[in-house]
Amino acid sequence: MRYLPKSDSERKEMLRAIGANSIEDLFSTIPERFRLKHPLHLPGPLSEAEIIQYFQARAEENARGYTSFLGAGVYQHLRSVVPDAIIQRGEFLTSYTPYQAEISQGTLAAIFEFQTLMCQLTGQEVANASMYDGSTALTEAVLMAERLTDRRHVFIARTVHPEYRQVLQTYAKHLGLELSEVGFTASGQLDVAALDPRALAGAAALVVQSPNFLGVLENLPALAEIAHGSGALLVTGIAEAVSLGTVRPPAEADIVAMEGQSLGVAPSYGGPYVGVIATREKNVRQMPGRLAGQTTDAQGRRGFVLTLATREQHIRREKATSNICTNEALFALAATIHLCLLGKQGLREVAEQNLAKARFAQAELEKIPGVKRAFSGPTFNEFTLEFPRSVKLINAELLREKIIGPLPLGQSYPDQTKRGLVCVTETMPRTEIERLAAAIRRILEKPV
Amino acid sequence: MSQESSRIKKAGRHISQNEGLIFEKSAPGKRGFELPPLDVPPVDATKALGAAYVRDAIEGFPEVSEIEVIRHFTRLSTWNYAIDLGMYPLGSCTMKYNPRVNEFVARLDGLASEHPSQPANVAQGCLRILSDLQKCLLEITGMDAITLQPSAGAQGELTGLLLIRALLESQGNPRKKVLIPDSAHGTNPASVVIAGYEVQNIKSNAHGQIDTDHLREFVDNDTAALMVTNPSTIGVFEERIAEIAEILHSRGAFLYMDGANMNALAGITRPGDFGVDVMHLNLHKTFSTPHGGGGPGAGPVMVKTIFEPYLPVPVLIEKDGRFALDQNRPRSIGRVRAYCGNFGVLLRALAYTLAYGPGIRQATEDAVLNANYIRKGLEGHFDLPYKLPSMHEAVFSDARQKKHGVNTMDIAKRLIDYGFHPYTTAFPLIVPGALMIEPTESESKEECDLFIDAMRAIAEEAEKNPQLVKTAPHSTRVGRLDEVAAARKPVLRWKPSTSGEAAD
Repeated sequence: MRYLPKSDSERKEMLRAIGANSIEDLFSTIPERFRLKHPLHLPGPLSEAEIIQYFQARAEENARGYTSFLGAGVYQHLRSVVPDAIIQRGEFLTSYTPYQAEISQGTLAAIFEFQTLMCQLTGQEVANASMYDGSTALTEAVLMAERLTDRRHVFIARTVHPEYRQVLQTYAKHLGLELSEVGFTASGQLDVAALDPRALAGAAALVVQSPNFLGVLENLPALAEIAHGSGALLVTGIAEAVSLGTVRPPAEADIVAMEGQSLGVAPSYGGPYVGVIATREKNVRQMPGRLAGQTTDAQGRRGFVLTLATREQHIRREKATSNICTNEALFALAATIHLCLLGKQGLREVAEQNLAKARFAQAELEKIPGVKRAFSGPTFNEFTLEFPRSVKLINAELLREKIIGPLPLGQSYPDQTKRGLVCVTETMPRTEIERLAAAIRRILEKPV
Repeated sequence: MSQESSRIKKAGRHISQNEGLIFEKSAPGKRGFELPPLDVPPVDATKALGAAYVRDAIEGFPEVSEIEVIRHFTRLSTWNYAIDLGMYPLGSCTMKYNPRVNEFVARLDGLASEHPSQPANVAQGCLRILSDLQKCLLEITGMDAITLQPSAGAQGELTGLLLIRALLESQGNPRKKVLIPDSAHGTNPASVVIAGYEVQNIKSNAHGQIDTDHLREFVDNDTAALMVTNPSTIGVFEERIAEIAEILHSRGAFLYMDGANMNALAGITRPGDFGVDVMHLNLHKTFSTPHGGGGPGAGPVMVKTIFEPYLPVPVLIEKDGRFALDQNRPRSIGRVRAYCGNFGVLLRALAYTLAYGPGIRQATEDAVLNANYIRKGLEGHFDLPYKLPSMHEAVFSDARQKKHGVNTMDIAKRLIDYGFHPYTTAFPLIVPGALMIEPTESESKEECDLFIDAMRAIAEEAEKNPQLVKTAPHSTRVGRLDEVAAARKPVLRWKPSTSGEAAD
């Protein structure tokens, strides 16, 4: 087998050195009755060429050649070929968690840079070395708010990504957290009037997302004032990190939980991505996940180490701030390289192109009779439209023209079946936007 | 002091480039990426969003060219050790070869490009990959049903415990505690707490195994489960595993297996056959997906049929050769993360499994062969606290070297000068001063011999020149770093105002 670097005679020689008669001897502690008598029923072995063939065949069964207007937490953005070339260097790809600092300075310095970039983007003071993804980052941010306030009641906007809310529900259930959902207004923003001030007074956190799942930006300074007035923390989720190239960062939030997929990571059918938690310096000891810190050696040379590990499971076991161990270091590195390439100007330009393309698409689609914007609040690269028919039915027809249409909101909001979320990023050519508009126009002109 | 030794065979001195932080190379106006021209009318952000919603330029954000980015990260990369450079004998971490074809297929257009919310009829390829991996993992573990959703081992543990909790709740009583041997990974107790249970630690016996008489006393009607790592973290198979399962089952409790060490079992024996009810796998260990400096991973959970109704949503279903994601599962524990898990990691694990097929047994045999060969080579030079036969890893202690003031961390650091990554130190907790060595199947006899030779040379140095070992490493860019200062006054990010320090 090509991955195994031993000849049979070397195997025999090693067995002799050990003093074993056969390889079976080395498995003698496994009770005989549990040892497999037959080979496993597995496909393979496959050569490299056959492996490539298998996966190419699978790729053909997906949506190659389709134009997609899906966003809703996962975004298609331009990516330079550079990050992928660098993260495939074996020194990054095939290294372990940098516990042995002297021979892991490359990974540690890159994590330190990642933490810095995440602080700069979010307007926060400290960020960790990454979480699994946006959904688990948001959940861990809420658990962190619970520890910081020693309160159990959490208010969460219905406009937070539905799958993020589901993950939070799974974790909250057995930790004694009480979750209350807060609705939205005609602007698509959090319905402040629906917040019960008396209940909020005992709350750990108010949890929102901006841009929210309907595509609308929340008025974070106002929400922070409301939360802080009751002694609650403001936890802000961000699913579309590219928005931060032009949108005001959530500087007023106490904890920011972000999905970093937009920053140079492929959609890859849902993962791996890169979650981020950023917060105020004073909260750092309640933060989950790994942290890299700067220090020196005996000769005063600058170096980096994993630090504040007494928060973590391998030291504190059942008293740890979280059970997280493995995170998404390789994709935190990809995001770091991507952001360094974009730089100050590039980041803003990408964000502004998203804004321009989305506005153009919105205007084109609103020209179609019966199609109108669903919410009046400010939007970035996604917006919700109301159609005269079920979005699911429209999408079924669009699919025949190789277009993956708006995300039907009815999947998560049963009262919104005629509303769909459209995402347009800098990767979408004007001609495809026009093709979408023409196709929807044709579909709606046909009698039901 | 002499840092070189004629016995250092694997490594020589090599120039490494100095490099500051990327922020220190920044200069206004430089850039490393250009966008295609905009083909729609531009929009003024302030007008479009309102001034209150628009940000100012980010102070200190990097401005560098493409070549500077390439050099910066290439230079940083050369400061790392990697499997691609040599043996990475971290016990419990299973640092095996990460096949390059897996990287290639994970990046194919039509796989890397796919959106997780696209309709199932245009995602059949992704779903079939998940289905094929599920079937392989169930065959290898001998279990009945599976979820691929958990992002890593620790999340798999939590998911598994929530499944146990859900089943017990359906029987009327979720129970209160989960038993954990003192040799367990730290994630086990941390996961137990999130699942709403109390941790009860149980002591290992003199052989590092679970004491079944002791266990019998602890298992009562408040016990939900025992979490066992098998082979244990000292690399030994729990010979009485079936009896352990029987003790738990007789009191209505369940056996959870941490599959971190499946590398020692694949193709030889199956947890589903020896009484395990729920288990997780770490695909970044046994199934070779790259560690990438700390992730991503994937932590699938396998269960016996009775737990199947409680699996996280969505569940992959197959009907007439077509695949779909079933969200309507009323008894499900819910979601543990967004979408279907770390798809890109899952597909690499499938590529690995397909490469071996039933021959995965040979990988297991070679891993166990290597560990025993190294154990044999180091016996007599290092103290071996537990004498039971080793499987995929061997655990020594620093008891002999301690007499000369040299501890396991010193030996580990000196190993760096010999061209190897250190083994695992200070774990498992049941071995004071542990040296936990796991070579994996990826090492040749030659590499194992070099390692044995290096370890023997260091044992000799510890006797004759302990200071040399205690001050190691001597060959790295930086010496031992001041971790106490790092934690006392944490500097966790670069700041423009404090950047006066010269790049080193």
